[in-house]
Amino acid sequence: MATSTMKLKLHVWRQESPSARGGFVTYEADANEHMSFLEMLDVLNESLESRGEEPIVFDHDCREGICGTCGMVINGRPHGPWERTTVCQLHMREYGDGDQIWIEPWRAKGFPVVKDLFVDRSAFDRILQSGGFISANSGGAPDANAIPVKHEAAEESMDAAACIGCGACVAACPNASAMLFTGAKIAHLNRLPQGQPERYDRALDMILQMEEEAFGSCTNHGACAEACPKGIELDVIAMLNRDYLAAVVKAG
Amino acid sequence: MSRVTALYGTSVGKKITMAVSGAIFVLFVLAHWFGNTKVFMGPEAFNHYAEGLREFGDPFLPYGWFLWIFRAVLVLSLVVHVWSAWSLTRQSWAARGTKYKKKDSLNIDAASNTMRWGGIVLLLFVTYHILHLTTGTLHPDFIPGDAYHNFVAGFQSIPVSVVYMLCMIALGLHLYHGTWSAFQTLGFDGPRAQKIRRPLSLILALVVAGGNLLFPVSVLTGFVS
Ligand code: HEM
Ligand code: SF4
Ligand code: FES
Repeated sequence: MATSTMKLKLHVWRQESPSARGGFVTYEADANEHMSFLEMLDVLNESLESRGEEPIVFDHDCREGICGTCGMVINGRPHGPWERTTVCQLHMREYGDGDQIWIEPWRAKGFPVVKDLFVDRSAFDRILQSGGFISANSGGAPDANAIPVKHEAAEESMDAAACIGCGACVAACPNASAMLFTGAKIAHLNRLPQGQPERYDRALDMILQMEEEAFGSCTNHGACAEACPKGIELDVIAMLNRDYLAAVVKAG
Repeated sequence: MSRVTALYGTSVGKKITMAVSGAIFVLFVLAHWFGNTKVFMGPEAFNHYAEGLREFGDPFLPYGWFLWIFRAVLVLSLVVHVWSAWSLTRQSWAARGTKYKKKDSLNIDAASNTMRWGGIVLLLFVTYHILHLTTGTLHPDFIPGDAYHNFVAGFQSIPVSVVYMLCMIALGLHLYHGTWSAFQTLGFDGPRAQKIRRPLSLILALVVAGGNLLFPVSVLTGFVS
């Protein structure tokens, strides 16, 4: 079977440094249907380098859809057009000869561009550090059955824990709000018995850190959940709100 | 952190004040609509109702006080609601930074997309509505104390009725997304709540918008005269 090849026109955001003014540069790229989207960019980069031009910088690591490192907005969609798929898992069979593709970085004050398509997501790290943990005494590992966990609690917690911290939710949100990510991290622990002792402090601390990071305010549009490659749903935002409200009432 | 800073110092807190003030408006528009259906029972019943609002609470409250307390709560809610909307909107506008060149409307329906502009329309409408049917300032033929006459004469003007009808559609859209959004904001989200949140928001929006549309329509068609 012949492999179908294609010629594409890419409009790629290029930005020299965080403070530089970026702009779109148009490239002709060759690809075939078996390539992944990132491989298509790799091939383009090789040809750029062979011509002595700067390759396009983009973030990636596992290329298996599990690490959360990759991310770019393709024709207005974070991670491209495939549902529940990171951009590293997007394949070129989606595209055909002559297609035009616009590629932009996540656009948010909280995620400053480092270079080209590569953004600084350390804001997410700081949100995690502020409450994404449980305090446990050191010593021997507790018995697995020492703390019973209800089946539903385990399931719901794992649903939230599926978040890979990619930032597509912020990129998709018309308000550049980080509520889906923060909600997922809060729900992950607050749904488990192990998370209960610090439940309300966690909600408060993580939300206060989120506020520090120049993200916008949630209007419950739901664009985040639609863009999320891991199927995180809006119920984590409701839980975030509920636990914040409870924390405020308790704090007095 | 004190409760006040928790409510005013974070976007999550401001959203809570929006949801609570929004819920007060929801109760108000429901009561307001229900009260106005008395217009279908004729001038006496309607004027009696309008007067009753002023006597309400008697003998515990002096004449007119109930209405004024009610108005104070509404004005306070409006200030909180609009101030939070403004402050959150500015935060969100600043949070994007550079705009996207390409846009794809991910899951954004007309209702959620028009909350801000629709809110401004409602603010203008509320102002106009008070100047029209409460104070009579913008009413061509206002008779103080004769609410029924003011109502009918007001809606006999086609442009006025059209403005009211368009504003009710705006209100319906605002309520459809607002009610759902308030459920999220207040954490009303159990397994059962998840099933009823959307339908409840839709019913509320339809009842309020549709119910209020009846008034101009029934005057224009001569059903109420
Ligand atoms: C008068 C001017 C008004 C303005 C400027 C305004 C503006 C807004 C804005 C910007 C939002 C946030 C949208 C979002 O979170 O998606 C909102 C939410 C809401 N509004 Fe209004 N609105 C107004 C009047 C009203 C009225 C008259 C009602 C009810 C009859 C109402 C009920 C609500 C509710 C229930 C919410 C949801 C709160 C939440 O986000 O959780 N609003 N409004
Ligand atoms: S919630 Fe989804 S979109 Fe947001 S960071 Fe986590 S995995 Fe990415
Ligand atoms: S590179 Fe790891 S998720 Fe895409």
